[in-house]
Amino acid sequence: MSSLPQAPGGQGPTNSAAQQPDGALPQARPESFATRLRDSALSSNTLWIFLALVAIIVVFSILKPSAFLSSYDIKTIFINAAVALILSVGMTFVIITAGIDLSVGSILVMSGVIAVKVMIAVAGGASASGNAGWGPILVGIVAGLGVGLGWGVINGVIISMLRVPPLIVTLGTFGIALGLSDVLTGGVDIGGVPTKFSSAVGSGSVGPIPTMVLIAAVVTIAAGLLLHTTRFGRYTYAIGSNDEAARRAGINVNLHLIKVYALSGLLSGLGGLLSLAYFTTTTISGHETDNLTAISAVVIGGTSLFGGVGAMFGTVIGVFIPVVLASGLVIVGLQSFWQEVMIGAILIAAVYFDQVRRRARSRP
Amino acid sequence: MVNAEGVAPIIEARGIIKGYGHVQALQSADFTAYPGEVVALIGDNGAGKSTLTKIISGVIKPDAGELLFEGRPVEMSSPLAAQKLGIETVFQDLALAPDLDGAANVYLGREMLKAGLLGKLGVLDKQGMKTAATGAFVDLGVAIRDASASVVNLSGGQRQGVAVARAASWATKVIIMDEPTAALGVVQTENVLNVIRRVRDRGLTVVLISHNMPDVLKVADRIEVLRLGRRVATFAVKDASIELLVGAMTGALDQERAA
Repeated sequence: MSSLPQAPGGQGPTNSAAQQPDGALPQARPESFATRLRDSALSSNTLWIFLALVAIIVVFSILKPSAFLSSYDIKTIFINAAVALILSVGMTFVIITAGIDLSVGSILVMSGVIAVKVMIAVAGGASASGNAGWGPILVGIVAGLGVGLGWGVINGVIISMLRVPPLIVTLGTFGIALGLSDVLTGGVDIGGVPTKFSSAVGSGSVGPIPTMVLIAAVVTIAAGLLLHTTRFGRYTYAIGSNDEAARRAGINVNLHLIKVYALSGLLSGLGGLLSLAYFTTTTISGHETDNLTAISAVVIGGTSLFGGVGAMFGTVIGVFIPVVLASGLVIVGLQSFWQEVMIGAILIAAVYFDQVRRRARSRP
Repeated sequence: MVNAEGVAPIIEARGIIKGYGHVQALQSADFTAYPGEVVALIGDNGAGKSTLTKIISGVIKPDAGELLFEGRPVEMSSPLAAQKLGIETVFQDLALAPDLDGAANVYLGREMLKAGLLGKLGVLDKQGMKTAATGAFVDLGVAIRDASASVVNLSGGQRQGVAVARAASWATKVIIMDEPTAALGVVQTENVLNVIRRVRDRGLTVVLISHNMPDVLKVADRIEVLRLGRRVATFAVKDASIELLVGAMTGALDQERAA
């Protein structure tokens, strides 16, 4: 009986196996080659999406160079993308665990409502809050983030410990958070956002970079590092890939899922604060489709709805494609509604390619 | 109960009873494994192999009976409790995360972190894990060229190799392997048997659950036979033959009742 390591696959043992200088096995070679091909195809999925974004930018730049590439428009594109990017970053973690979070837009709304109400209350009334100092503002910020975090924890606990499917749980909390926001406000948007807050965060800049964009960039980079380099990220992929394997490996799957949904909730709360600062009012009725925007961005960016696969860079591109399309269509004089048509088609194509990829690599 | 050489068992199960509803899967089953041996646990379908395996690997709890590890009674309340004792299990479904690479699977739940502040922040030492996992694959003769290839892209035999390397990297006392060759071809099976020998040669105890008797006779030192939820026979491999094993599995032979 040979004690040589043999590559499985049905080929007989060969004597040359022992003579490979690096211990490489001839039988293993086609295997690894195919593996590498497939792995590079996987990563190039993100590359294709990136090239698509570049192509869109090039087309619009050629059609209307003066308008499209003006620094004003680039700034607008980035500001428009900031809140969507922050929601999509949280959604990336959730979808990699094979979950979904439909509640992001409602959590965003409720965080904004609570934040401004707290700012007004601490400042001593609606008339005083416009000129409120940083004290009331900070209390409001903490309250807004706390609301987001709290909803995220609620989502995570119900999903992981009560084992209710994420689609249903977050559809439920989507309705509850929005309904409560309406109850709290009587359905009428609240102004009275302190000027200091809106001018520093909403319309302010750090050097040439709008504060909103800076915050979104820092959050995205930090979340990307968290996802791709840390144990937290590794567990996120492992749970999405095979939650039973993760459990048997000693990972506290329930606790990790709670953390992931809490992160998504917290980022929704942050989105609510940015939105509040930017519009200087709550925007109760403007976020019903934020969840779909975030989910499409994540999926277009190459993250698999079935879990275990995805990348933060892809999500960034997935956020910018619709925003750039919308800006570009308006600039070239088309109705911006066409953006929704195109995004719908791109979304279906992205999921189709993910399916093809999964079928190609799953073999007995 | 010491064996002929005066060695005490590393794992001993005594009078294990486990029922599911009206089905008595184990009816006062016994099982013994000695240090450094390959002991095969065989039996026909429904004999209680899986249930007994799950009990000694901590996946399920028995209704009654005693489990001893190195002579001391132990509560095996979870796979983690078993792991703490140095017992690792290669489950039949392998329990791998297919989208992660081989190295990540070997270290799943026990990741290597970078030194210093980065490590405290939870930053993984991916290179360190890759190097160590590659070493584990080479040591066991598992033919995986690239430890950073996703497990989903590996063949059945290679996946088995990852799962065994994972168990062998962490087990300090015992590896339990549940039907490791059931889904494999001839060459791959031979590889797995070689891996089992290598693990045993490191001084670990291997509990091999199988109903492939030729495989068992090739690799085991000792064989215990379950029938209808009870141990009915134990053989040193030199005294065993397929006829004897079949006799024990089907009820023609019952050492323990006779004794």
